[in-house]
Amino acid sequence: MKKTPTTILIALLLTFSFILNAQQEDTAKLKSIYFEVNDYVEDNEGCLKCHGEQKFKLEDAFGRTVTEHMCPDRFVDRDKYYSSVHKSFSCTDCHSYDLFEFPHPLDARIEEKMLCMDCHGYDESFAQYHFETIEVEFQESIHNIDEFSCWKCHDPHSYKAFMRNADDIEAAVLYDNEMCLSCHANFSQFMVLTDRGEINLVESHDWLPNQVAHFRSVRCIECHTEINDSILIAHKIMPKTEAVKNCTECHSRDSHLMHTLYKFQVKEDRKAGFANAIILNNSYVIGANQNIVLNWLSLLVFGLTFLVILFHTVMRIIKLKDK
Amino acid sequence: MATSKIYLYPVWIRIWHVINALMFILLILTGISLHYSGSGFTLIGFEASVGIHNVCALILTFNYGVYVIGNMVTKNGKYYRKWRKNLVPKLWKQFVFYAVGIFRNEPHPFPITKKQKFNPLQKVAYVFAMYFGMPLLIISGIALMVPDLIGYKVFNVSGLIFYDVLHIIVGFVLSVFLLIHLYTCTLGDKPGTLFKSMVNGYHEEHK
Repeated sequence: MKKTPTTILIALLLTFSFILNAQQEDTAKLKSIYFEVNDYVEDNEGCLKCHGEQKFKLEDAFGRTVTEHMCPDRFVDRDKYYSSVHKSFSCTDCHSYDLFEFPHPLDARIEEKMLCMDCHGYDESFAQYHFETIEVEFQESIHNIDEFSCWKCHDPHSYKAFMRNADDIEAAVLYDNEMCLSCHANFSQFMVLTDRGEINLVESHDWLPNQVAHFRSVRCIECHTEINDSILIAHKIMPKTEAVKNCTECHSRDSHLMHTLYKFQVKEDRKAGFANAIILNNSYVIGANQNIVLNWLSLLVFGLTFLVILFHTVMRIIKLKDK
Repeated sequence: MATSKIYLYPVWIRIWHVINALMFILLILTGISLHYSGSGFTLIGFEASVGIHNVCALILTFNYGVYVIGNMVTKNGKYYRKWRKNLVPKLWKQFVFYAVGIFRNEPHPFPITKKQKFNPLQKVAYVFAMYFGMPLLIISGIALMVPDLIGYKVFNVSGLIFYDVLHIIVGFVLSVFLLIHLYTCTLGDKPGTLFKSMVNGYHEEHK
């Protein structure tokens, strides 16, 4: 082939303009439920055809292909996204339009990401959730360290406001604790954010009787945050030395749990004479779930027995003196 | 005044009895502390109560096994048998004695002999306490000690609630039994006579 300027230019273009194409769109993956909650499903596929896949394929102008694995931090599960609190969003509501270009330009990649407060802060429509107080709590929390943000716990692509609408406390506890455990029980994730050594949660909680029952029934934040009645969920994570370790904080009539886990439902009436009856839907807490009817009945029976014994004793003494 | 002595309480019964009494008292104190934790009824701290309650419960359970087996292989078991025969008239007779006769210095309607260690009221109370109450208390206690094993529902309520309420009710009934038992033990010839019997093994009666 004659090396004319045109052929050289074409060759250079083919070589260096590495035209990359991700895999073909697979419309079969788009469920009708997505379209019911989001008007931008097809637009979002521009991102999710790669970011919605665990693996994606790159192809250059020569037809060469390579399969890559999507980094977990960059992966968005469509089902979770379209059922999350942000299910109606277009990707570009939060991310730059420049990211439509591929390979993504560096400028767009290092652009500061949006945070919760950028939309939710100082907005009347979100006033009831007190995001400003949550931000203050976070700043006072031990989680206020470099590279830590709301997203580390609340993935904006999958987050559900579980507790607020919790019908099933056990499922809500599991969901909530998974947020903590995703780092605190996963050292490869934990070491990304801190230089601290690996934590063995079972060993560090070995003082706690019936660990499994506790871990299944209450959230980590029940003991590891400071109660704040002005917000729905406390966000001030305390140092471990200040965590609740006194059993009677929860195991008592004035149970800590009624100000934390069950604060959404504390107004439920007492059932079958039990104190803090709302807890009974999911669990039973010794000390907190006393049966008031049985308490009074036992005092009555015990009191009557004692009176009969006292009367009998007095009569015996009187008769003894008469002898 | 002649004193008759009958050897009714062999060594193994006395050892079993003292262990049973001590464990039961500790279980009542720690049980009340757990049930009323965080209130004025707290006698012992929650954490300590959990530990003491669990250890005492295991000792009591083992001791109960000794009692059941002991009653099967020794003659002591015979005192708990045939408790239903003419039960109501016998119970009434004993009740009338405690309510009236005792103040008139009437003789015991069912005097203690080598063949008859308990009066009918005692017999019924002990059979119910030891062969109905204790197994229920132990089973419900084990269920609460290992709550992960009772995630299922019992009679359509949470297993935890069922066993806890059962444990509290049976524990309370047996506590009332203990109170009455302690008082009736003062009804010997002298207030301390029957307690002395449980120490030296001999039932003493002045005639």
